[in-house]
Amino acid sequence: MIKRGTKYYFDYAAATPVDPRVIQAVSFHNKNYFGNTMSLHQFGQSAKNILETSRAIVAGLIKANPEEIIFTSSATESNNLALKGVAEANHKKGKHIIISQIEHPCVMESAEWLESQGFEITRLPVDKYGLVSLAALKGAIKSDTVLVSIIHASNEIGTIQPIRAIGKICRAKGVYFHTDAAQSFGKVPINVVKDNIDLLTASAHKMYGPKGAACLYVRKGVKIEPILHGGGQEKGLRSSTVNVPAIAGFAKACEICGREMSHESVRLIKLRNGLIQGVLKRIPNAYLLGHTRKRLPNNINFRFDHVEGESMVVQLDLLGIAASTGSACSSAKLEPSHVLLALGLKHEQAHGSLRISLGRWTKKSEIDYLLKVLPGIINKLREISPYK
Amino acid sequence: MTKNASTTGLYTKKAIKCFTNPKNYGRIKNPDGIGKVGNPVCGDVMWLYLKIGKKGRKEYIEDVKFETFGCVAAIATSSILTDLVKGKTLQAALKIDNQKIVKSLGGLPPIKLHCSVLAANALKKAVEDYQKQKEKKKSK
Repeated sequence: MIKRGTKYYFDYAAATPVDPRVIQAVSFHNKNYFGNTMSLHQFGQSAKNILETSRAIVAGLIKANPEEIIFTSSATESNNLALKGVAEANHKKGKHIIISQIEHPCVMESAEWLESQGFEITRLPVDKYGLVSLAALKGAIKSDTVLVSIIHASNEIGTIQPIRAIGKICRAKGVYFHTDAAQSFGKVPINVVKDNIDLLTASAHKMYGPKGAACLYVRKGVKIEPILHGGGQEKGLRSSTVNVPAIAGFAKACEICGREMSHESVRLIKLRNGLIQGVLKRIPNAYLLGHTRKRLPNNINFRFDHVEGESMVVQLDLLGIAASTGSACSSAKLEPSHVLLALGLKHEQAHGSLRISLGRWTKKSEIDYLLKVLPGIINKLREISPYK
Repeated sequence: MTKNASTTGLYTKKAIKCFTNPKNYGRIKNPDGIGKVGNPVCGDVMWLYLKIGKKGRKEYIEDVKFETFGCVAAIATSSILTDLVKGKTLQAALKIDNQKIVKSLGGLPPIKLHCSVLAANALKKAVEDYQKQKEKKKSK
């Protein structure tokens, strides 16, 4: 029996709970390393030491050199820095940038802003699984292309792009390759050297770290300008007093993910596939969005005919289950998710999407509970719907 | 509202009640009027069915049912509308506008106000449909 008032968290893609070991690290460093890393005295220098140790740990997770990691406050900031910073530093070479149609809003909006500043943006389409075509990418690169920015794993549908192949194409054409790895960092192996990555975005709060700590990997030699000017922290690329305790927490989170990633992903894939099969078996006219295999171990996204996403999310919430949707009704703009539309879904199909994301504390019993209550919720909403 | 950390905190208790236990949903066989409306803003769809009765000379809404494909606000406004108009004369029912619907739910989040317009429009359309059908019958 499920206890009343129990909470079931299925929204790890939005934010992960902070690992108790990370909380301990953040709190310890808040207490003992409050100094400003720019100060010459021992308080400043000991904080600086923690910063550099943390940098090496974060770099290690993706096989980067420590000096290639620039700490920022969020994935949004990292993505803004990557796009605007590379555009600014390389506009003499060219003003053409390529992204995909399924980027996170912070990349979509940064690109749109650059467009207003005279840059040319190509938005590559994706197939029905959310995959970018390598041939289309090759065809889109021009002599004045300076940057290709493609999301590693989709925050909505979990589809993982072939970044190694994308990186190879970009490297051969002499174009910088940036990938937003906010959802994949710490969940699937990334090797910036082998994957031919020039810039990569990661964020702590998607991998059991604290909010307010993130980073941009910038391969040595990449030309990039800062967007924040000031005291010259982070090699002049990100002025701001460095948030050492949060970064120490980020490093702790990386350490844990690095150690636990391989067996954790096996566990999550098993739970994920069980839930997918369970839902498709129990609920008619239900469809999995995204790729069946090339997807994050923890991401599931369904679409149900004739029901609306916010209604599902609220019904689930009333039962203590947290999930999310790409329905227009739940968005601030009242538009359906651009990612779902890019898959070729119709407006009313995108209306019925439900994202369920798993993580470190998801148990089989929670999946079973979800499988028990979801069919009833869908049935009830379909009864109310004019379409049957 | 900050007390309740769940999504339901976005909506009033009354709205959630109308959403989880909607009244008068389903179809009426051989209705006297149907109002089918879609919300161009978000894509929600509402169908409203009317059965019209007569008390003396006055026409009133004898029965009303709805079918809605949409969010919490769309379903809640559909349900409350049917509650508000059931048993009312057509004249009185048509006086129920979106403001009255929102008020009856104890308010709606600002971004969801457009849902209440959907319900009010569905009623208007259903009554219009009824009157058109009536004219047709007369002219036959």
